Amino acid sequence: MDETNASKIQYQYGLETRTIHAGSRPDPVTGARNTPIYQTTAYTFDDANHAADLFNLQTFGFIYSRLTNPTVAVLEERIANLEDGRAALCASSGHAAQFLTFFSLLNPGDEFIASQNLYGGSITQFTHSFKRLGWTCNFVDMTNVENIKSSISVKTKAIFLEVLANPGGVVIDLEAVAKIANGAGIPLIVDNTLATPFLCQPFKWGADLVLHSTTKFLSGHGTSLGGAIVESGMFDWVGNADKFPTMTEPDPAYHGLTFAETFGDFGFTMKARAVGLRDFGPCMSPANAFYTITGMETLHLRMLRHVENAQVVAEFLNSHNSVDWVSYAGLPKSPYYDLAKKYLPKGAGSVFTFGLKGGYEAGVKLVESTNLFSHLANVGDTRSLILHPASTTHRQLTDAQRDAAGAGPKVIRLSIGLETSDDLLYDLDQAMAQ
Amino acid sequence: MTPKVPSSLIYTDDYIEKILRGTRTIAIIGASANWVRPSSFVMKYLQGKGYQVLPVNPARAGEEILGSKCYANIAEIPDQIDMVDIFRSSESVGPVIDEILPIVVEKNIRVIWMQLGVRNDSAAMRAEAVGLQVVMDRCPKIEYGRLFGELSWSGVNSGVISSKRRRIG
Ligand SMILES: Cc1ncc(COP(=O)(O)O)c(C=O)c1O
Repeated sequence: MDETNASKIQYQYGLETRTIHAGSRPDPVTGARNTPIYQTTAYTFDDANHAADLFNLQTFGFIYSRLTNPTVAVLEERIANLEDGRAALCASSGHAAQFLTFFSLLNPGDEFIASQNLYGGSITQFTHSFKRLGWTCNFVDMTNVENIKSSISVKTKAIFLEVLANPGGVVIDLEAVAKIANGAGIPLIVDNTLATPFLCQPFKWGADLVLHSTTKFLSGHGTSLGGAIVESGMFDWVGNADKFPTMTEPDPAYHGLTFAETFGDFGFTMKARAVGLRDFGPCMSPANAFYTITGMETLHLRMLRHVENAQVVAEFLNSHNSVDWVSYAGLPKSPYYDLAKKYLPKGAGSVFTFGLKGGYEAGVKLVESTNLFSHLANVGDTRSLILHPASTTHRQLTDAQRDAAGAGPKVIRLSIGLETSDDLLYDLDQAMAQ
Repeated sequence: MTPKVPSSLIYTDDYIEKILRGTRTIAIIGASANWVRPSSFVMKYLQGKGYQVLPVNPARAGEEILGSKCYANIAEIPDQIDMVDIFRSSESVGPVIDEILPIVVEKNIRVIWMQLGVRNDSAAMRAEAVGLQVVMDRCPKIEYGRLFGELSWSGVNSGVISSKRRRIG
């Protein structure tokens, strides 16, 4: 009973310890302490019966690296652990993780609601490529959560948002959106790429699935593409079976097995793996998993410096003569300051936007004039990065979509790295003077 | 979302691991002859790990399930039984415990295990009162896989942190 076992509480390790240790014990055969790169395509079976059990999902084990790989599995468990989730699945990129998530949830004709403040590539994926699969995304301004309620219909199967939105500055009221999703019996999916589990753990606020582009802060060094899906294990698929036949109806390709029933609270990741990865194939390579694992071991140290430097740069720009406005939720005048204090108490991330008084021309001049900031399309690198979203990451959007996403023509996006903060101020100052 | 069953039950890894290491013979109440049912997956997996698994299901009494003779009820099982794994609804657990309590000493039963989603607090208290160890709302296959590393292969968070080599299973 509760009382009998409650007296023997399991010791809980801290986030920093888990960032280094979760998922990776020494190799059972060799004792290798670091996670080896299992650069293999396939794995031998003990006998025909073992092979059949594996293919039927009756036992756990490795078959083929499109489905599972021991190096990738270490990364999966580590991300699941850091998010306090039940299980995780890695994919070849953040976009692949998004595709696998929606493939595992939706049938043609289904709809979902997404925040209009998203990475531009996600808006494009949801608007155009998903439409060809029969999935409709309705974009909503989630800075007022009431807008979500009026957009939910019987066809709505999920709500998707970035808690700390790319290109920056906007924080969504996660707990309020989770209540709405919960009330509607649909999962809340949070892209936690820009915050990372070090700054925000969406499951604590009621999210059901967390997605990552591990390409960014998790791998952290601009070396490796990757994505992840994490499930909380708390969503009641069976109780909402009418909406999620993909989870609750017998799967013809697995002899009538039902993922929600057979795998319970890790049924979603099993479905995304055993059907999604199996049939579409966007798996993470073991080498990329290795780089990402190694990068993640310093996540807690890096994120502290990322947010510290970002705060310094944001304050500098905020009081700079050439700067019109700064959108960083760590500045007290930001409309998202209080939400950032609640959801991102250790810092409001290191990706944000600002506008120059000189407008578009001055912005273009700036991105071409930096010496330390690299002009490229990525975020979450050790190096500081600068970009003009309207002509790059958010280029495929309409003018209205760009404005709504906070990526209008005058907007400059920064991803603040780990350099000496004075050097970053010096570089921006000299570039704005050009 | 709120899960079907409140999973407020806290078992330490050590408690579960000792049960799984100390058990050789498991009676499965509600064993199914249909191989795609979860109980069949669990039975086959546990057999593969070296446990002797004894299926109990009155509708299949006398037949074989996965190579083991199926019994109509637990009292009929001639062998000693370390653990009883209950694959029935939460409400049906009470009568199952009624059947088990009189034969606890005779069969040397030490553990009552209720499957994922199965929880019956009053039945559990009656079992604990006679010295039985109880686990509710867990699956022995999942717990075995979690504690001995296999579940991590599918990206499941085992919660295990250790600088010691994994024992090979
Ligand atoms: C917030 C966010 N989500 C998803 C993605 C897509 O990830 P990937 O480039 O790994 O496919 C990105 C990439 O910029 C991103 O910033």
